[in-house]
Amino acid sequence: MSESIRLEAKSAKSKERSAEKGAEKGVRTQKIIRNIVCILLCIISLFPFYIMIINSTRPSAEIQQGISLLPGGEFFNNVNKLLEKAKGVGTPIWKTITNSALIAVPATILAVYVSSMTAYGVFVYKFKLRRFAWSFILAVMMIPAQVSIIGFYQFMIKLNLNDSYIPLIIPAAAAPTTVFFMRQYMKSSLPLEIVDAARIDGSGEFHTFNHIIIPLLKPAIATQAIFAFISSWNSLFTPSIILSSQTKITLPMFVQQLRSEQFRTDYGMIYVGLVITVIPLMIVYFALSKFIIAGVALGGVKE
Amino acid sequence: MKIKIRVSAFADTRLTERDGVFMAGHRKNKRKTVEYGRYGYMFIAPFFIVYLLFSLWPLIYTFWLSTQEYYFRGMKEVGPTFAGIKNFIKVFIESDANGTPLEGAKLFDTMTFRTLGNTVILWMLNFIPQIALSLLLAAWFTDTRVKLKAQGAYKVMVYMPNIITAASIAVLFYSLFGIQGPITTFLRDMGIIDRSGIATDVFMQSKLATRLIIGFIQFWMWYGNTMILLIAGILGISPSLFEAARVDGASSWQIFKNITLPLLRPILLFVLVTSAVGGLQMYDIPAVFNVDNSGDGLPDYASQTITMYIRKLAMMSRDIGKAATISVVLFVFTLIISLFFFFFLGDREKKQKKVKHAE
Repeated sequence: MSESIRLEAKSAKSKERSAEKGAEKGVRTQKIIRNIVCILLCIISLFPFYIMIINSTRPSAEIQQGISLLPGGEFFNNVNKLLEKAKGVGTPIWKTITNSALIAVPATILAVYVSSMTAYGVFVYKFKLRRFAWSFILAVMMIPAQVSIIGFYQFMIKLNLNDSYIPLIIPAAAAPTTVFFMRQYMKSSLPLEIVDAARIDGSGEFHTFNHIIIPLLKPAIATQAIFAFISSWNSLFTPSIILSSQTKITLPMFVQQLRSEQFRTDYGMIYVGLVITVIPLMIVYFALSKFIIAGVALGGVKE
Repeated sequence: MKIKIRVSAFADTRLTERDGVFMAGHRKNKRKTVEYGRYGYMFIAPFFIVYLLFSLWPLIYTFWLSTQEYYFRGMKEVGPTFAGIKNFIKVFIESDANGTPLEGAKLFDTMTFRTLGNTVILWMLNFIPQIALSLLLAAWFTDTRVKLKAQGAYKVMVYMPNIITAASIAVLFYSLFGIQGPITTFLRDMGIIDRSGIATDVFMQSKLATRLIIGFIQFWMWYGNTMILLIAGILGISPSLFEAARVDGASSWQIFKNITLPLLRPILLFVLVTSAVGGLQMYDIPAVFNVDNSGDGLPDYASQTITMYIRKLAMMSRDIGKAATISVVLFVFTLIISLFFFFFLGDREKKQKKVKHAE
C-alpha cells in the first residue's frame, strides 16, 4: 500500500520534472525561432540599402546584368557622372542639400520653441480660454495638412509667397503634436515651484521661460527637434506644390527627379544619388537611435 | 475653492493653497493672478496666430474655393465665380463642363473615387500585415518567459526605414524592381519569370504587383513604429495582471487574448486611426515609385492616390475649383472614417472616464 503510494508520488514527481524539462526545451526552441525571425526582419530592413550601396560602386552596364553582393570600383566615377548631370539639369546636389537645410533648420527651431511656449502657456497659467485652447490643440492634432493644401497654395499666391521658403518654414511653428508631447513632459517633470521661486527672485515671465524652463526641457526638446527636423527634411508634398523654380528644389524633390528620363539612362548614377541622400540620415539615425526609439515609445503612453 | 478665498479674505494675511497655479487668497494677490493670466495668452499667441493663418484659414478657403468655378486656360484666368454644387456634381458623377451628368454615367464612377479607392486599397495592403506583425513582435518582446536579449538592436533595425526619406525609398524600390533592376534580372536568370520581350517588366506593368510593392514599402517603413507603440502600451499594463493569470495556469496565448489585447484596445485604436488618417493622404511613395512623366500612377492609374490627383488638378490641369472640391471630399471622408473607428470600435464608457480623468 505505502509502496504503491510512494511509487505514484515518484512517478508524479518525475512527470513534473519532465514537464519542466519539456517547458524549458520549449522556451529554448521558442527563443531560437523568435531570434531567427527577428534577424530575418533586420536583414529585410537592411538588404535594399545594402544593394543600393553595392550598386553605387558598379558601372551601369554591370548593374543591368544582375545582382551582386560584392562592391565594384566605379564609385567615384558614378559620383562624378551624377554631379555633372545634376549641374546640367540645373541644380547641383550640394545646392539642393543646402536648400533643404535652409528650410529644415529654421522650421525645427520654430517648431520646438513655439511648441514649448504654447505648452508652457497652457500648463502654467490660468486664464479664461485655457481649457478651450488645450481642447482646440487636441482636436486639430488629427487634421492632415494635405486636405487644405489647395487653399494654402492659393493663399500663398495671394500673399506673393509662392516659390519662396516662407510657406515651408513659418507653418512649422504650429505643430499640435509637438505641443502635446511638450505638455505631457512638463506634466511629468516640471515642478511649478520653480516658476514660483523664479518669480520671488524677481525674474520676468519670459526671462523665466527662456533661461530656466527651456534648459529644464532639454531632453524633450531634443527628441521633438529630431522628429521635427526629419519630417521637414523628408517632406515632398508641400514643397512640390509651393516651389516651382528648379534652383530652389529640395533634396526629396531632387530624388524624385532621379527617376525622370534625364537620369534613368544610368543606374550607377541613380544609386549614387540615393546613397548621398540616405547614408547621412542613416548615420544620424544610428547615432541618435536611443532618443528616437524612446521618443516613438512616448506616443504609446497615453494615460 | 471659493469658500477658501472668502475665508482668507477675512484672514487677510493667510494664503490659500495653490491650485497648480499661483494664486493667493487676499485681494492684492488676486489681482496678480489676473495679471499672470495675461501671460498665458502671450505664450500661446504665436501658435494660434500661425495656426489660424496657415492652417485654419487655408482649410476654410479650400471649402470656399470648392463652391467656385475657378480655373486657368493657358494664361487666361477664369473665375472665381460662384458655381453652387457644380464642382461636387462633377466630382461625384462624370459630367460635362457645365455640370450636367453625361448620359449613362454612374454615381461614384469618376477619377476622384477611383483614386480614393486606390488609396484605400494601398492603405489596407500595408495596414493589415503591419498590425499583425507588430502585435506578434510586441507580444514576443514583452514575453517574460522567453526573453529576447538583442531586443534593443532589433528595434533599432526594424524602425530604421521609417526615418529615411520616402522619396529615396521609392526610387530605390523602383530601381530594384524596374525592368533592369536586380530583383527582376535575378528572377529572370532563375527562370522564374519570362525571359522574352516586354514580359520582363513584370512588376511595373502589373497593377497587382505595383500595388503590392507600394503596400509592402509602407508596411516595411511603418511596422517598426507600430511595434514600438504597442510595446509601450503592453509595458503600461500592470504586471500583476499577467502574474495572476500565470498563477492561475493560463497559457501564453490565453494571456495575450484575454488580458493583453483587451487592455491594449485604446492604443490599437490610436494606431488604427492615425494610420488610416495618414494612409488616406498617402503621397510620397506612390508619387515617385511607378509614375509617368505627368505624374500619373502607372499602370493605368492603378497607383494614383487621391492626393496625387489633387496635386495634378492644381498644378497641371490648373482647375483650382475642382481640386478644392476633391480636397473637401477627402476631408469629409477622413473625418467619417476616424469617427467611425472611434464610435464603433472605441469603448464609449472608457472614453468618458478618460475624458474625466484628463480634466
